[in-house]
Amino acid sequence: MLDNPYLHNPDAAAKNPPTEGFVENLGLGDLVRRSATAELPPPTRQLTPVAKLIDVSKCIGCKACQSACIEWNDTTPAIEENVGTYMNPHDLTPEMFTLMRFAEWVNPETENLEWLIRKDGCMHCADPGCLKACPAPGAIVQYSNGIVDFIHENCIGCGYCIKGCPFNIPRISRVDHHAYKCTLCSDRVAVGQGPACAKACPTQAIVFGTKDDMKKHAEGRIADLKSRGFENAGLYDPEGVGGTHVMYVLHHADKPHIYSDLPDNPRIPAIVVAWKGVTKSAGLAVMGLAAAGAVLHGLFARANRVSAEDRENAQQLLDGNKPGGHA
Amino acid sequence: MSSLGPTFGRGAMTNSWTDIRNTDLAIVMGGNSAEAHPCGFKWVTEAKANRGARLIVVDPRYTRTASVSDLYMPIRQGTDIAFLLGVIHYCIENDKVQWEYAKNFTNAALIVKDGFDYHDGLFTGYDEKKRQYDRSSWDYEIGPDGFAVVDMTLQHPRCVWNLLKQHVSLYTPEFVERICGTPKEKFLTAAKMIAETSSPAKAMTSMYALGWTQHSHGSQNIRTMAMLQLILGNIGVRGGGMNALRGHSNIQGLTDLGLLSEYMPGYLNMPQEKEPDLKTYLSTRQYKPLRPNQTSYWQNYTKFFVSMQKAIFGAAATAGNDWAYDYIPKLDRPSYDVLQTYELMHQGKITGYFCQGFNPLLAFPNRAKITQSLSNLKWLVTMDPLDTETARFWENHGDYNDVDTASIKTEVIQLPTTCFAEEEGSLTNSGRWLQWHWPAGTPPGEARHDNWIMGQIFLRLRALYRKEGGAFPDPILNLTWDYEDENEPKPAELAREYSGRALTTLNDPTDTKKVIVEAGKQLLNFSQLRDDGSTACGCWIYSGAFNEAGNNMARRDNADKDGLGTYAGWTWSWPINRRIIYNRASCDLQGKPWDPSRKILEWNGAKWVGGDVPDIAPTAKPEDVGPFIMNAEGSARLFARGLMKEGPFPVHYEPFESPIANPVNPKIRGNPAARVFAGDLKQFATSEEFPYAATSYRLTEHFHYWTKHNRVNAALQPEFFVEISEELAREKGIELGGWVRVWSKRGSVKAKAVVTKRIKPLICDGKTVHIVGIPLHWGFTGAARKGFGPNSLTPFVGDANIQTPEYKAFLVNIEPTSPPVGV
Amino acid sequence: MSDPTLVEAGDAVRPGNPPMVERYRLGARVNHWTTAIAMVLLVLSGLAMFHPSLFFLSDIFGGGQNTRILHPWFGIVLFVSFLVLFVQFWRANIWNRSDMSWIAHIGDLVGGHEERMPEVAKYNAGQKFVFWAMALLILALLSSGIIIWDEYFSNLTTIETQRIALLAHSILAILAICVLILHVYAGIWVRGSFDAMIKGSVTVGWAWRHHRKWFRQLVAEPTGGKARSREK
Repeated sequence: MLDNPYLHNPDAAAKNPPTEGFVENLGLGDLVRRSATAELPPPTRQLTPVAKLIDVSKCIGCKACQSACIEWNDTTPAIEENVGTYMNPHDLTPEMFTLMRFAEWVNPETENLEWLIRKDGCMHCADPGCLKACPAPGAIVQYSNGIVDFIHENCIGCGYCIKGCPFNIPRISRVDHHAYKCTLCSDRVAVGQGPACAKACPTQAIVFGTKDDMKKHAEGRIADLKSRGFENAGLYDPEGVGGTHVMYVLHHADKPHIYSDLPDNPRIPAIVVAWKGVTKSAGLAVMGLAAAGAVLHGLFARANRVSAEDRENAQQLLDGNKPGGHA
Repeated sequence: MSSLGPTFGRGAMTNSWTDIRNTDLAIVMGGNSAEAHPCGFKWVTEAKANRGARLIVVDPRYTRTASVSDLYMPIRQGTDIAFLLGVIHYCIENDKVQWEYAKNFTNAALIVKDGFDYHDGLFTGYDEKKRQYDRSSWDYEIGPDGFAVVDMTLQHPRCVWNLLKQHVSLYTPEFVERICGTPKEKFLTAAKMIAETSSPAKAMTSMYALGWTQHSHGSQNIRTMAMLQLILGNIGVRGGGMNALRGHSNIQGLTDLGLLSEYMPGYLNMPQEKEPDLKTYLSTRQYKPLRPNQTSYWQNYTKFFVSMQKAIFGAAATAGNDWAYDYIPKLDRPSYDVLQTYELMHQGKITGYFCQGFNPLLAFPNRAKITQSLSNLKWLVTMDPLDTETARFWENHGDYNDVDTASIKTEVIQLPTTCFAEEEGSLTNSGRWLQWHWPAGTPPGEARHDNWIMGQIFLRLRALYRKEGGAFPDPILNLTWDYEDENEPKPAELAREYSGRALTTLNDPTDTKKVIVEAGKQLLNFSQLRDDGSTACGCWIYSGAFNEAGNNMARRDNADKDGLGTYAGWTWSWPINRRIIYNRASCDLQGKPWDPSRKILEWNGAKWVGGDVPDIAPTAKPEDVGPFIMNAEGSARLFARGLMKEGPFPVHYEPFESPIANPVNPKIRGNPAARVFAGDLKQFATSEEFPYAATSYRLTEHFHYWTKHNRVNAALQPEFFVEISEELAREKGIELGGWVRVWSKRGSVKAKAVVTKRIKPLICDGKTVHIVGIPLHWGFTGAARKGFGPNSLTPFVGDANIQTPEYKAFLVNIEPTSPPVGV
Repeated sequence: MSDPTLVEAGDAVRPGNPPMVERYRLGARVNHWTTAIAMVLLVLSGLAMFHPSLFFLSDIFGGGQNTRILHPWFGIVLFVSFLVLFVQFWRANIWNRSDMSWIAHIGDLVGGHEERMPEVAKYNAGQKFVFWAMALLILALLSSGIIIWDEYFSNLTTIETQRIALLAHSILAILAICVLILHVYAGIWVRGSFDAMIKGSVTVGWAWRHHRKWFRQLVAEPTGGKARSREK
């Protein structure tokens, strides 16, 4: 396998992509997690963790990211109606992996209106709830660079990933019954390019690179925002899901929920943890024990057979006699 | 552009897009650059992120640009002049003036001649019946030396500065609030931030677009900001400027190449009927300097004109026939702008119409009048890559295009053309960059390049003229047409033609043995043009775009050599690859940069040196020669002389349809010098019948009426809507996402309602003014849902100088309704 | 008419050599086995989606997608089939006081001393438990199953509700499987029971041993036999 330097130092979203050909370079040997798979061979190498940083304070809501996403992934979102907002389509769909969500928020401190525009999409959690919930082996994978990807040929379309996701991201196609979401353009990253959305973003509100670099970049942005009076500006990289490989710079990082219900403290839902944790193992154990108990009892205990005496007594009853007692 | 020209000398964005990153303060007013120019707006975010620049947005709506601003303030549409005169007033009152700049680089010190006056909204010389001014008194006092009289102490009561000071004194913060509805406190915050850029070490950039031009006083909107920028010393410097963001990737190219009816290429004037011969035509175009030592570059007008005639008519243009001056049509009226053309069509005086890359049915005001005008035609030819509404104006689409098809006799011929991505050529962006591009795809079906179509029409016409003669075949028969394939001139051939070449060998006038350019070679640039017929140049300002060094527009060196965003090796910029025009103004009188950290040029004692091409003769001494070389004064004009139709200083005029009477003078309706056709006057509404102030605009998801044909854009913004405040929605019982009917005196549309906090009612002159926002991207063809355009509602009136229609301010009414019926 | 809590339609002693006791009519048996097959398919498809180590079971149905499609439909079949079964069997499964005493003697049953148990009518307390447990579990599984039937019903509830339903569905299914194991095991361990559900009849000795009260009732009031004859 050709190694691709851009996998280790990906900054292609800012620069023009390399023109030399790369063999697609994000393979089985790079998996650190695979859904419904107990024994996964350790990855053959450790890729540098990557991240997409979405600076909400720089975003102008132009939807170039949505458009690039549609073009690159060749999807066909429906031409819907206007329902009174700028948000179109009206939600993430199997044909729309990313969505600008618009929130009109009046800052109670300044009484100024703030139009908070957030690019919604998969956060690529370090501890992905979708992957945890997925029952189909290999339908969801996580690469050592942090990308969480859906492998559609393995997807059974059950929708468990939706239940596992703390951000309400995956959508099931009613056409091919596969789950879809942002792949962080794993196919582009695999050949040394950044995500299509980052490439298209005119204000570089979306940037892509190593997670460390993105965090550093965010620090500068946060300092700038603080200089403009946004005292609570900060980075959204929630610990509850082990951090994410899509991060936000927020002007009001103390209240993520004002950004169209971005979870304040996302974590894999306790119910999903219970279901995919103790229930899964204990349930299997209980069923196994019950079955084993039955088999063992069947093997070693005497079968409950009709005795000659039972037959006799029955016959006597039939014959109109009072059946005798036990011998 | 007819305001930047009268002020600075050239009608173009002063700086480049990339230079915006050098600013300290960006003010977006009369535009919505994040929304309409998202790629260019990147440079604002760069300035904010890297320089800590601030962004002020002044707009009736809280826009996408406002969403990333540091300070947003509302303003009633059509009141920008009052706001900006208020800021000028604030700067003067608070001594926030870049004095050295204002005194030396503007006409502040020039004395205006006796007889000029201003009272209650009107200047001397007004003729109410004609709606025109006699502008003869709007000029300088000329001294015995033939030059304008100056008073560098600014003490003379009639010096421009004192007249200006007097003129703006009306526009106090209270008066601004009364007219604009902008809260006084917010206005003062903005004024203070703006005034700070009067420091030589600070620069403010003004970014505007059709939010200023599409008013009956659009040119004056722009001029007011241009004046403010001059007082603050922000013109010609990095991070400053008047940055006219064009609404189309090549609209700068359109005006540069003379596609406006009153211009020829390079902003040469189309001759008028009253100029029957070349001598008369040139007599008013001598551009003698008004101050000593000044460049007054338009003195070279004859060279530009003769070279253009040689490019068009070749050997047929000779000194003997006045360079074929007779071949050029003479205007019988000031212009044949779109409003004029449709008025004539409406009157049945124009019966054939060639519509190339235009969609007037949705783009021109008062759609009912447009439909009627098109129905009056005998024939209509459309050339477009898309199936436009104009080409289908006769087709009934229910409520969306309710016409009686059977009664329309117009013959429509649709010629499918290629789109920009299927052809080679150059696009001229807002920043005057001519960027060459190559086809990325092959055209579908029967689509043909415009060049081929125009070539075919020309060849067939010429054949007809050859055969049948006709009244005046000479211009057609003598048109230069020496292309490799006469059927289809190649873009590169046309580019070489507009860039210019030597027809005979050019010798150095001071040393006749020295050859400057050999016969047949491309000219280096317009400095080599001659008025003796030895050079041919199709568009003098584009001279140098394609010279012996090759196609400079195709250059792609994106190295940022000075670290200041000049990018001199990226494509080519007119004039002469100069990226920031008037850049000599970035230095003080001694030729030292005002701000050394943002140096463009400096005078090294012998000549001008620096990272950009100097906008002055390289050896012109800084103390002698002013930076505004196109102006006969050598300085920029705070007082525009007679170059603006409604006055040398801007005055606040209300839109023709306004919710309040003009507080400056309630008797004046609209712009007193704007042209109004008789039939249209009756169709202007009052606020009694139509109480709400409407404005129209573009959304980022779409480009005009094109992208609704694209399924991606259509999905991202699928359906026509209008935007209103929560207050108005409550008042009228309108629900979010519900259907509303919006109607004006001229038409009616149905739309979905976007009820938003981003629009707030304003208090103007004691009255609550509700704003209705109407985006413009829908019609009845394409992939998006069928809808309407705001032009069904807008009035048929334009700017007094350039006739840009008043799309930004008009009156409507609104009510909840049922869905439209489509076909 | 015999007491429906003791005897069901079609139950009768059939004289002959050897005499047999009719216990389940053909319809009931078909109904039972339909339910049983649906149950097994549900268990197999459900387990495939429940635990990764059992995902291989999806191959039975032609892969994960088919398993996901079929599982809820099996559930519908099960529910309808069980509903029919329920209508037939519920009266004889009404819980009564003697069932408590039977439960109290459960140790004797497992220890091989069934003769020490109280006499049992058509169903003993264990069978009644299976019946009612299945009835309730199936109802609950159906409800939770519909909530998580993504293809048709995902828009009707919140994701949070669906999460709860998923957990509930899993736990309920585990319980149902345990009950199923109990039921199957009991059917095998108590020799002769299987025949009852295959052939419809049991030996008189079996009837005497396991459901003596039922047997006595049939002998005393042989009306059920007529019903049986009519069926023939």
